[in-house]
Amino acid sequence: MAKNVKIYSTPTCPWCIRTKQFLKDNSIAFEDYDVGSDQIKADEMVAKSGQMGVPVLDIEGEIIVGFDKERIKAALGL
Amino acid sequence: MRIYDLIIVGAGPAGITASVYAARKRMDFLVITGDIGGQTAWSADIENYTGYQFVTGPELVDKFEKHMRSYDTNVKEGEGVTGVEKTGGLITIKTDKEREYQAKTVIIASGKRSKELGIPGEKEYKNKGITYCATCDGPLFSGKTVAIIGGGNSALDAALQLERIASKTYIINNTPRLGGDAIMLQKVEKAVNVEILNDSSVLAISGDKFVNSITIKSGEEEKRLPVEGIFVEIGLIPNSDFVKDVEKNNLGEIRINNRNETNVPGIFAAGDVTDVPEKQIVIAAGEGSKACLSAFRYLAQH
Repeated sequence: MAKNVKIYSTPTCPWCIRTKQFLKDNSIAFEDYDVGSDQIKADEMVAKSGQMGVPVLDIEGEIIVGFDKERIKAALGL
Repeated sequence: MRIYDLIIVGAGPAGITASVYAARKRMDFLVITGDIGGQTAWSADIENYTGYQFVTGPELVDKFEKHMRSYDTNVKEGEGVTGVEKTGGLITIKTDKEREYQAKTVIIASGKRSKELGIPGEKEYKNKGITYCATCDGPLFSGKTVAIIGGGNSALDAALQLERIASKTYIINNTPRLGGDAIMLQKVEKAVNVEILNDSSVLAISGDKFVNSITIKSGEEEKRLPVEGIFVEIGLIPNSDFVKDVEKNNLGEIRINNRNETNVPGIFAAGDVTDVPEKQIVIAAGEGSKACLSAFRYLAQH
């Protein structure tokens, strides 16, 4: 079954773009929140990850900060 | 242990270009790298890479990576090199995965990284208010008071990006006046919510869960500024610590000649980690190609 994947990102952040591209290349559906314009989601991201750097991925509750390919692959079972 | 013809350390523009040339020369080689793209992956808009009037950093890195992988190149990604040593005729590479590799030649193309402040509070509050990428994390500081540390082009660029986001921006610059390009400097001086503090240095960063203030020294006076964001833009340092035996300049850049040879035969270097006069993506790519061709020639002669 497809996993529930959320990404908290900013439109300008190069690593966010790379992370989203990686998900697309692997045919992973995800919800994308722009934390630059959505303050509620920004607060949610900070509360979940305890930090303010983007991107942050939430894969079925597992929080991954940054484009950590190995952890993302493991969490997605790729 | 298998002995490679060549090991390339790093996969930015220099390392990736070297890998393309190595693949086309059918060398038996390996790429070891922490990440793909290096500083290019952090770049927003690129308008001076030949053939692209406009391309973003992530797009260009994607093209670089696909080009590299089109040859089924063996890339050890997420593996940091911790040592490069030549004994006898062979070079041994050690990595943070506790592995060892051996090769007849090595190209060091490990690039540069953001310089850190080295002051109390910096480690604790990294990503908790402190960031080294204004382009990435800037939008998270909407309506907040922030400080940019630095006084060159990257500091000015950060100030202009934050002008529309932060409620107030301090620029903490430790020289008598800001450097950088005249056009950018003019824009920054005109910005309404930017306050420039020259002859000032940061002593400490404090907060609770996140940053809430910095202590600075302006002239003889010490004071505390309430800020929620800190953007460190004090330049770059070469990733050359892991190689001890090669000659470096006073900036830590590896000295090379115009064939990309270091003082150690068989060890070559390319791109921003070297003392090549200009640091540009197109130059790094060209240097990577030169280094690979030099390594190829070296192998033919030894």
